[in-house]
Amino acid sequence: MNAIEFILAGMLAAATPFLLAALGELVAERAGVLNLGVEGLMALGAALAFIVVYHGGGHLLAFVVGGLGAALLALIFAFVTLGLQANQVAAGLAIGIFGQGLSALFGKTYESLTVKGLPKLALPGLADLPVVGGLFVQDIVVWLSLLATLLIWAGFAFSKAGLVLRAVGENPKAAHSIGYPVMLIRLAAVLFGGVMAGFAGAYASTVYTPLWADGMIAGRGWIAIALVVFGTWLTGRIFLGACLFGAVSLAGLAAQAGGVELPSQLLASLPYLVTILVLGIISSNRRLLKLNGVASLGEPYKP
Amino acid sequence: MSMRLALPHLVRRERASLAVTLLAPLVALSGATLVNLLLYVAIGKQPGAVFHAMLLEPFLSWASFSEVLLKLGPLLLIAQGLAIGFRAKVFNIGAEGQFILGAIFASAIPVWYPQATGGWIWPSMLLAGAMGGALWAAITAFWRVRLNANEILVSLMLSLVAAQVLNYLLLGPWKDPNGFNFPQSVMFQYDAMLPLLFEGTRVNVSLLIAFLLSGLAFVFMQRSFPGYRLEVGGLAPRAAAYAGFSEARAIWLSLLIGGFAAGLAGAAEVAGPLGQLQRSISTGYGYSAIIVAYLGGLHPLGIVLSALVMAALSIGGDNAMVSADLPIAAVRVFQGSLLIAYLIAMAFVRYRLEWPSASTRSRA
Amino acid sequence: MTAPLLSLRNLTKSYGPVRANRGISLEVGERSIHAILGENGAGKSTLMKLIYGVETPDEGEMLWKGAPLRLSSPASARKRGIGMVFQHFSLFETLTVIENIALVVPGQRRALLSRIRALGEEFGLEVDPLAHVHALSVGERQRVEIIRCLMTDPKLLILDEPTSVLPPQAVEKLFDTLRRLRDGGVSILFISHKLEEIRAICDRATILRSGEVTGHVDPRDHDAHDLARMMIGRDMPEPLPVTAAPAGEKRLELIGLEDTPDDPFAVALSSVNLTLRAGEILGIAGVSGNGQAELAAFISGESRLPAARREQVQMMGQPVGHLGPAERRRLGFAFVPEDRLGRGAVPELSLTRNSLLTAHPLGLQRHGLIDRARAAAFTADCIRDFDVRTPSAEAEAGALSGGNLQKFIVGREIMLKPKLLFVAQPTWGVDIGAATDIRRKLMALRNEGMAILVISEELEELFDLCDQIQVLRKGTLSAPLNARDTKPEEIGRYMMGAEAAREALSA
Repeated sequence: MNAIEFILAGMLAAATPFLLAALGELVAERAGVLNLGVEGLMALGAALAFIVVYHGGGHLLAFVVGGLGAALLALIFAFVTLGLQANQVAAGLAIGIFGQGLSALFGKTYESLTVKGLPKLALPGLADLPVVGGLFVQDIVVWLSLLATLLIWAGFAFSKAGLVLRAVGENPKAAHSIGYPVMLIRLAAVLFGGVMAGFAGAYASTVYTPLWADGMIAGRGWIAIALVVFGTWLTGRIFLGACLFGAVSLAGLAAQAGGVELPSQLLASLPYLVTILVLGIISSNRRLLKLNGVASLGEPYKP
Repeated sequence: MSMRLALPHLVRRERASLAVTLLAPLVALSGATLVNLLLYVAIGKQPGAVFHAMLLEPFLSWASFSEVLLKLGPLLLIAQGLAIGFRAKVFNIGAEGQFILGAIFASAIPVWYPQATGGWIWPSMLLAGAMGGALWAAITAFWRVRLNANEILVSLMLSLVAAQVLNYLLLGPWKDPNGFNFPQSVMFQYDAMLPLLFEGTRVNVSLLIAFLLSGLAFVFMQRSFPGYRLEVGGLAPRAAAYAGFSEARAIWLSLLIGGFAAGLAGAAEVAGPLGQLQRSISTGYGYSAIIVAYLGGLHPLGIVLSALVMAALSIGGDNAMVSADLPIAAVRVFQGSLLIAYLIAMAFVRYRLEWPSASTRSRA
Repeated sequence: MTAPLLSLRNLTKSYGPVRANRGISLEVGERSIHAILGENGAGKSTLMKLIYGVETPDEGEMLWKGAPLRLSSPASARKRGIGMVFQHFSLFETLTVIENIALVVPGQRRALLSRIRALGEEFGLEVDPLAHVHALSVGERQRVEIIRCLMTDPKLLILDEPTSVLPPQAVEKLFDTLRRLRDGGVSILFISHKLEEIRAICDRATILRSGEVTGHVDPRDHDAHDLARMMIGRDMPEPLPVTAAPAGEKRLELIGLEDTPDDPFAVALSSVNLTLRAGEILGIAGVSGNGQAELAAFISGESRLPAARREQVQMMGQPVGHLGPAERRRLGFAFVPEDRLGRGAVPELSLTRNSLLTAHPLGLQRHGLIDRARAAAFTADCIRDFDVRTPSAEAEAGALSGGNLQKFIVGREIMLKPKLLFVAQPTWGVDIGAATDIRRKLMALRNEGMAILVISEELEELFDLCDQIQVLRKGTLSAPLNARDTKPEEIGRYMMGAEAAREALSA
């Protein structure tokens, strides 16, 4: 198997934690709420899901528990930022630290334990193609994530709900004045973001690398937030960005397999360096950000 | 009569009273303590023992209080620097990385000149560390000013990169050849160590420097015109533009100050209690300092108090790990919940709850 | 006799200590155009929010065709047949017209499209349903708002200051639309502070002052003088005296100023020329959204030109296009921006600390430290000389009323003794008394030789104040017109477009 085949085969699975969390953050940000606690939400989801699988609860229950746990934390965030109109940056950081702490607390006795992941499902026919065949052999969560991407894209492009969400994010005052319950819509968006971050964490700890270690999310929640900016708040571009990060995180392994001698620390930094670089390139196009951005992002709304 | 949900709403206070403002952090601390004790009960620990070990013991002996003072130094330094930026709404959350770079820059001197002697060494190390921190923060400033990139994400990513740079040095070029392959540098020579403040403790002059810089931060933020310009930029960016206060300058200043202070703290850590560069130079000072800054109301005096509380909590957490078998992660949980509790308490400083008046409800 | 369409009985609404509406009672009949008349801060907007369900009253009741009316939200108001067109539109700029309408009106896209076009033809409200709102002019946005309301088949349509954003000719067109609507069976609540307009179109008027009703009249039976007295409680202030003065040296010159902005929602400026001399007031008229904000930023220095084009903006005879606001101020420039909160003043800071914002060069800071005694003295002078009503100099700027904050900002800028003063929307949201004070002050300064540039949406204000008027439209400035011998209709033609203006000149 050469490096390209290796990356193609593993890219989607590596991309899934980024993708799920970024899609959740996209929905929250589209409604005008900046939740910087994704890292903590993912960590909590990962710890809870791991514990469930470890005790034989199965992956379905693990994702449910991970998603709900993270949503509960997101609810606290929503209470503080929407209910009490606190600074979203500070509240997001607080939730992030709190969630990471909780994950370490709950995961204390499970440190370095492993569980069994999920089997891969091959798409008949396509999976046998040369070079790209690996793309079509994925576990069920990857397939469902692709479906979720499609649904969210369609939701923004065609549905009334997507339209309302964009309206609330652009101008909450106007949305209120024409009769939309801005607070409830934002609450729903934040909770959705929480569930998705929980799923992302659950996937990371029980499927992608089925083991628990404190700090295993390793900045992926932050990269997911950056992905929303990379994708200029567009679902399709966020998907492509997630694939890029999936590929980048495999590039190290591929390089080592190919016999390229690079310090492992450089390879470990690669996703962060790429984030910094791409963030600079995308953000310097102010016109693009202004055109696609969310006008009320991060601003507390007083009804 | 139909049932209507009578939700209370927030009404902005015309002015936040000083008493309430001062009370809020205390209420937050009590609230967070209560919630966390309940959590400890839930995971089967003795809440009384934890409470004693975590919140009382740090103050009960000079030995443990001196350890609190030792932790206070870096937290105070970093938080004062960060708070200046936060007031200008420049969110540098990468102090952890700036701290690490400060430690690395400071260590370069004893690592490269292990035989050097003289009184100039530790001051130069502090200076080098401060420069290193400021340089690392300058990357974020450049990215924000020139490329319009979000400083929260860039500074955080740089922290993760900094940890890898540290790893690289300790596993590679700077590894102590006689260190049994541990990822750490050589032990520093005597002159590379900060003078102690109290004999028999590990508290060194960096605490003095932290208090000195806190005083400067007070003058800067509360009395000086450049501090006023930063504050206006944070409160009302368009008013700052109207008055001609440069946004780029505010971002550079905020980040350089934050990086300088964090770098200084990093240098003081390796030249102080550690005496060498090692992997675990920071126990999350950069992140804890964010909480310290907010908990202190972003006010230089408040930060002195909140830094003391957080330092005690951190020492208390170590105590509780030993005496009450509490996982060390509990400290992070406590810190996170403390900031959440503070944000909730502050909402009631700015607003008061108003229930829908009785007359409306009787008519509805 | 049948019950009126809408009756209000003793409505009261307070915000904290402010009693915005006190015991308001009124009745709106079927097929009536009913005016709510009052000056800024009289409580008109609050009353409309109550009727449209945005807010709920503290006390009192509303009746709809004789039956009790309780509104928990705008949606419930719309369900009953009440529609509203907001003064600051509740449209979403990044969405298209049809998307904006679909947010309020249920139905298939195709059906909506054909109804939008049909309504447009019936009532003279033409607009492209597929255009993005940010690409529309203010007048077109108003049409979108009205169409959106009409699509819910309202029995009562509320219009909040609808003419404030329109040139005179477009006002006529709007009135024509409103009459057609009335004849079609829709009653209209018309909120305004413009007396002549109310006399032209309304058959009833309710007059508000300080949150209370001071009269119910048929406006056609009263002259503007009577209405004004009911509105402000005394006679309208006298028009300002005008003294001819010889114009002095050039203080501000724009020479072919042009700019294509980065911001996709901003207006591009092209070949803007103006000259302002000492002892002269120059007014810039035009419907907002035609480049006022962009032009103002280039004059104030909040937007800068590249150094190569710095000659396009000249102050006191020097090229300043590349300089920032602080450097321009050092040459003797001062500026009162159109938004007071968050730009002209920081709402969370005290008045004393807001003095520092632009008055710091007057010794309020020395060696980088703030001189608090001097700052306090400066602020006290400003409060006294400009009649700023505030509990103290330590009050937060955000706690002052619009008029008092404006007096503070205007005062602060005048105390800088500028050679060139630029005032954008001097009396927006300011009550009549304060507005008159501000205008008198500007006239006096002009007579003393100051050069003053005014941007305003209110034509009457410009005619009161200015020696010359230039009209801004789609980022281009007309040639100067002498205010003393130009009619408002002529200015209006420039506001409508160059085509109409050229015809007018050749006629």
